[in-house]
Amino acid sequence: MKSPIALRKVTRRYDDVVVFDKLTLELDEEHVTAVMGSNGSGKTTIARLVLGLDAADGGTVSGLDGRRPAAVFQENRLCDHLSAVNNVCLVLDHPDRAYAEEHLRRAGLPDEAMHRPVRTLSGGQRRRVAIVRALAGDADLVVMDEPFSGIDADSKADLVQYIRDRLRGRTALLITHDAREAKQFGARVVKLPARAVPNS
Amino acid sequence: MAVWQVIAWSVGRDFILASPVAVVERLIELVPTWDFWTTIGLSLFRITLGFALAAVVGSFLAALAAAYGIVDALVTPLVSAIRSVPVASFIILVLLWADSSKLATITAFLIVLPIVYANVFQGIRQRDRKMLEFAAVFRVPTRRRILAIDVPAVLPYFAAACRIGVGLAWKSGVAAEVIGVIDGSIGERLYEAKIFLDSASLLAWTVVIVGLSVACEAVVLRLVKRLPGGAA
Repeated sequence: MKSPIALRKVTRRYDDVVVFDKLTLELDEEHVTAVMGSNGSGKTTIARLVLGLDAADGGTVSGLDGRRPAAVFQENRLCDHLSAVNNVCLVLDHPDRAYAEEHLRRAGLPDEAMHRPVRTLSGGQRRRVAIVRALAGDADLVVMDEPFSGIDADSKADLVQYIRDRLRGRTALLITHDAREAKQFGARVVKLPARAVPNS
Repeated sequence: MAVWQVIAWSVGRDFILASPVAVVERLIELVPTWDFWTTIGLSLFRITLGFALAAVVGSFLAALAAAYGIVDALVTPLVSAIRSVPVASFIILVLLWADSSKLATITAFLIVLPIVYANVFQGIRQRDRKMLEFAAVFRVPTRRRILAIDVPAVLPYFAAACRIGVGLAWKSGVAAEVIGVIDGSIGERLYEAKIFLDSASLLAWTVVIVGLSVACEAVVLRLVKRLPGGAA
């Protein structure tokens, strides 16, 4: 049994600006925890701490050892010259094109968009590729930073269903400013107090 | 061409400045000969080899220097020193130290190496930090990361180095052949043209060198485009 991921009395500053001070947050094991807050409240900073990309200036972040993380970053961070399928295969332990295609299809990516360089895809299609890349593999910790940005509301249903299926049994952190998104995944919601600092 | 022809007419002496017509005539004489092609083949092989070695060694050293501070501290000053040394000094040093048949290759190598090293090193440093974070989070295996992220990021810098490097390899390589009077090389043909005050041959071989340099650049850039991310 892995120890739960917890931030205890964590302080994080950028230069002299305190993003948050003595924040305590525990992620629910095998469930979705949603962190909500206005711009600049430190949501993305929490995601970076949980992914091990940033270190806390004070307090402790525990439970990360032995984890297999994956993330949907605020920006997609795709390899532009690779196809959607190859972007997904890039992170799989055993790259399997048919498996990647099946996942991309389930997430609503049309067949004609599977094998083109992702730089030629629309913003919404690129977002779907980034989501599938995070969820198709065996990660046991998934961090999603505003996963639905750039996705049309009327084409969202299949994607929500895909994410819900893939998150089952995994520990997940959802960064969002939309309470409906948190509800769609049955997430426990943690609200951050607003702070007047820019997002990192 | 018209200006050249007019100047040649006004000079009126072929040994000082041959007219374009005389140069074309000389080329027409040269091209069907076996000697012309063996001369080209020899210089092409030696200079291209020097360029290719510099491209490989320069990239490899840059990758090592970017990864290990100690290599950076040792290699960067050395490469800077090589960059500052005049071509003529290299050529004479190599003539003293090595077999003259290797002169063009070693000279082209030493001239191109600092350019490839500096460009590739900068390319590695300029890789998108966010993409490296993505690779770290997902634990993308090193080989896959190199092919999917590192090579495409460094490629524009490498291509720029190749574009400059090919021309310099030819300039320095042929200069080395002239100074070393390397048997059967393009440089030797230029040297003979000087001795015999044969400006038509001098200019004909110069046209050939420029053509070879442009063709090599086109081939090299085409090869670079075939590398991962090269079509981007």
